Amino acid sequence: MKFIDEYRDPSLAKGLLDRIVKLSKQINETVTIMEVCGSHTYAIGRFGVRKMMPENIRLVSGPGCPVCVTSIHDVDVALHLAAQKNVIFATFGDMLRVPGTHGNSLQKIRAAGADIRVVASAADCITLAEANKNREVIFMGIGFETTTPTIAATIMACCKKGIPNFSVFSAPKLIPPAVKALIEDPSLNIDGFLCPGHVSTIIGANAYEIIVQAGRAAVITGFEPVDILEGIFMILTQIVEDKKTVAIQYSRGVKPEGNPRAREVMMSVFYPGPSEWRGLGIIPESGLAIKETYQAFDALKKFTVPETHSVEIKGCCCGNILRGVITPNECPLFRRTCTPLNPVGPCMVSSEGTCAAYYKYH
Amino acid sequence: MCIGFPGKIVSIDQDNYAIIDISGTRREVCLDLIDEPVTIGDYVISHAGYAIHRIDEELAKDKLDLLKELLENEIH
Ligand code: SF4
Repeated sequence: MKFIDEYRDPSLAKGLLDRIVKLSKQINETVTIMEVCGSHTYAIGRFGVRKMMPENIRLVSGPGCPVCVTSIHDVDVALHLAAQKNVIFATFGDMLRVPGTHGNSLQKIRAAGADIRVVASAADCITLAEANKNREVIFMGIGFETTTPTIAATIMACCKKGIPNFSVFSAPKLIPPAVKALIEDPSLNIDGFLCPGHVSTIIGANAYEIIVQAGRAAVITGFEPVDILEGIFMILTQIVEDKKTVAIQYSRGVKPEGNPRAREVMMSVFYPGPSEWRGLGIIPESGLAIKETYQAFDALKKFTVPETHSVEIKGCCCGNILRGVITPNECPLFRRTCTPLNPVGPCMVSSEGTCAAYYKYH
Repeated sequence: MCIGFPGKIVSIDQDNYAIIDISGTRREVCLDLIDEPVTIGDYVISHAGYAIHRIDEELAKDKLDLLKELLENEIH
């Protein structure tokens, strides 16, 4: 497969690993590297990268799984909207099994009769809405900067086509404000960030200047084994040479300026506002709401949502997992009551969730 | 969830949708979000039904060659 197989070349991986070991010997302290993206968490588990690392290189996972960081309140709101009469609720598949307050999930209410459809793209809702003119199609709009422009483009397309029966429950999140919160968290001491590849395809390199200003290393990294090892190697080089910059390892997927067109589409539909992250709490300017111009497509304007009192799942430590404070092994429920077949918290639901990746690969 | 996959453009229609080939599997993606002109034969990275980036093949190849060279020559 072009642009994949070349980055799985064992001799390149071995060469990089040797350099990583060499560099690690030049550093006396433990180096903590956080991957912020769920696709990295998954790939690091799948290719066994964590186990390859020398003793003083610690890889921790951050809040990079959009499903996992969706607040329990937003899950409850989704459950409410999906249960409304005459509604087709469209969502990415990962969201189905995420438990809300009282353990309900989209999957459970679907079994009880709600019309919930799994879609691969927000754009699939255009066909869905056109084929079901007398019903309301609501899309669960979660995701980071990679996904949000696709949701915005779909809203714009529906506006242009004059589709009246489509709306979005807007709950997307922005990565840089979360990274800032992690840097400022005194319980964490992260020396370098593997910055998310495809989020950066859209936002570019500038967005991570805050990392460098805080004296930490930042490398925008791809998702194949050679990419990840090179990303780690580049972080260690920055630390050894004491030269911190935002570097791009994943240059085949990321331009320094990102994708301005996608950003423009995103910001013509959405505006930033506060958002609640599971584990990180409310972070200012880290969420996106739908602008007034497009309010006809805002599910929260179209439907009334009663005040819900959302309660975090008892015993689940996802909050601390998402901040990289503990690893899944430290959660008392891990592998005991909480398994991928029977997930207690969201980090065990999505394949990109840290608990699910640890369950499968550690 | 931010998974993106590289694929080659096989055709483009008048609604700005392209068929891309990902090692034998064909998928339809919308080109509305891509920020530079693309044509048949170009590789793009797609995510959730939209192409979001054109891969510069030359640049990718040069970068990989450079990495190989660095590792062979023990520069580090
Ligand atoms: S193992 Fe399960 S209960 Fe524990 S933090 Fe992970 S998802 Fe939550």
